[in-house]
Amino acid sequence: MSSGPTPPQGSQKPQVQALNCPKCGAAITLRALGQAVSVVCESCHSILDAKDPKLQILQTFEQITSAERPLIPLGTRGKIRGTDYEVIGFERRTINVDDIPYHWNEYVLFNPYKGFRYLTEYNGHWNDVVICKELPMVDPRFSIPLEANYLGEVYKHFQTANANADFVLGEFPWEVRAGEQAHVTDYVHPPRVLSSERMSKEVTWSIGEYVYGKDVWSAFRLPGDPPQANGVYENEPSPFSANITAVWFAFAALTIGLLAMMIGFDLPSSSEPVFRATYQLNRVAANGEPSFVTDTFQLEGRTSNVEVTTSASVTNDWIYLNYALINQDSGEAWDFGREVSFYSGYDSDGSWSEGSRRDTVVVPTVPPGQYYLRIEPESDPRHSNIAYSVEVRRNVPVITFYGIGFLALLLPAVLITWRSVSFERSRWSESDHPPSPIIETESDE
Amino acid sequence: MTQRIATCPNCGAKIIFKWSSSVQTVCEYCKSVLVRTDVDLKKVGQVADLPPDISPIQLNTEGNYRNNAFVVIGRIIYQYDQGGWNEWHLMMNDGTSGWLSDAQEEYAVSFPVVGPATGTAISSTAGQKLPAESQLQIGQTYSWNGATYTVSVITQAHFRGVEGELPFQYWNKDDVTFADLRSSSRKFATLDYSDTEPVLYLGDLVEFEDLKLKNLRQFEGWS
Repeated sequence: MSSGPTPPQGSQKPQVQALNCPKCGAAITLRALGQAVSVVCESCHSILDAKDPKLQILQTFEQITSAERPLIPLGTRGKIRGTDYEVIGFERRTINVDDIPYHWNEYVLFNPYKGFRYLTEYNGHWNDVVICKELPMVDPRFSIPLEANYLGEVYKHFQTANANADFVLGEFPWEVRAGEQAHVTDYVHPPRVLSSERMSKEVTWSIGEYVYGKDVWSAFRLPGDPPQANGVYENEPSPFSANITAVWFAFAALTIGLLAMMIGFDLPSSSEPVFRATYQLNRVAANGEPSFVTDTFQLEGRTSNVEVTTSASVTNDWIYLNYALINQDSGEAWDFGREVSFYSGYDSDGSWSEGSRRDTVVVPTVPPGQYYLRIEPESDPRHSNIAYSVEVRRNVPVITFYGIGFLALLLPAVLITWRSVSFERSRWSESDHPPSPIIETESDE
Repeated sequence: MTQRIATCPNCGAKIIFKWSSSVQTVCEYCKSVLVRTDVDLKKVGQVADLPPDISPIQLNTEGNYRNNAFVVIGRIIYQYDQGGWNEWHLMMNDGTSGWLSDAQEEYAVSFPVVGPATGTAISSTAGQKLPAESQLQIGQTYSWNGATYTVSVITQAHFRGVEGELPFQYWNKDDVTFADLRSSSRKFATLDYSDTEPVLYLGDLVEFEDLKLKNLRQFEGWS
């Protein structure tokens, strides 16, 4: 493509204009190179027509408090998403919820090629905001729709309120007025917030993304530290939500691992008893020392547990057995006493029963070797004979071990889920849709 | 039509047309508004002093829209309550012409909706009548070429001047109404009420960097 002769349009290069306020005479700096519509005198706070070369006064307003200073001074430049922007305007806006005023601050940013951009700040929470190019979709049947759809994502209604601009400074790409009201609705999809602002008939949609104060500070190379962020902000990304799925996936994977361990290590070995015998406690004959020793049996494999099961056909009776598991070679012994008792009957509440005819005990960490049991049974001497049997199993699955493992895995998952839920609850507690309390509190009404 | 190279009937300066279909141009030297006839150029008006430039775009800025290179060859300048606003006339590489609008550095590229047979701008598509200016309402939706557009802004603009080559005569205007329509995508529409019959422009809202613009204005202190 050919380009013709360069027109003699001259050397007038746009640059920062220096003018004076028609009200107080203070220097007015126009930073937006003619793109701004209004400019507010930083000295006397007159709102001036930035399009008028004579800077006609549009409005004067009393400064509420001299403490109202932008955290990022006008004229500061910073890099946002790779582009330099200059802070050219500042306004403080207020909404009233239940007669409590909430303030937030908006900074107007400008780049002569890319145009305008905004930074908002509330309680140390920042958002990087641009005007939407695509129109969000809301259900037109509702005056305040519960959700909005933007670029294929659903944003949930957070709050609708009337925002009042109560303090303005610098330049604005619209005709700004102190005291001007806008009907503002926020929809959130953390970390983004979709806002509609209605002034008279026009609706402006903007899309903001949560920014951490420290990133704003480094982008604008500001001294000191950003103000502490208080509470949970409407579109603040939850530090937990990303982890929830991951932690439950890990939980599921590790639980499967645990089950595999259980099946792989313990189930095959817990099959057949290594020793089984049935005895008779003859109480009439049992005078003196009733103890006896069993035949020997082999405990194989690595050092592991041993399960001893005692079964006795007792009814409204008991039997007590003093056991010693003894290693034939080393003489090392494990002593333990077990009781088997079972009672049942009828009373005014119907039938009842207590105890069990079967008792199981696990002796941990028994090395392999040749073993035998020494058994000393005791019972109520007034009763007749009791038959009982003893079974010894090697290397049984200890459910408690797996139970503890399972709980250890479950705990972080539950904890993170709980923290995430409480994060979301404190987010939504500030909205038009506060969550109902988890524990119903008694009301005096 | 007049040759590609002609002489200004007012001051005698050389006039070079970049686009063969240009109907109007402005003499760079004496600011006469010139209209092409079958034989020569006719002076129809005079451009008053233009407002100070605020756009990063200028005549001869080059760029690219959907893999179709373009060069800026003219513009119409309007004023509205938010300041100045430009409609830059683009000569596309494929010989058609388009528009790049730039209002407070919100950029949109659009093309007049063209009738299949005539190849010229028409005022309505396939039997569908465009809304009259008096019918315009914010929030009203229309469907063109399969997309739904919602009226977002109705702008009362004031014609402020022209520069360079245009595809039609456009110089003795005063107040003009425009309606901007947006969609749930980047698709964008403008209804132009500067003539008796409305004209529909369809296009896209674009990011500055996506246009890959060259020959931009330089702003002191900014790169």
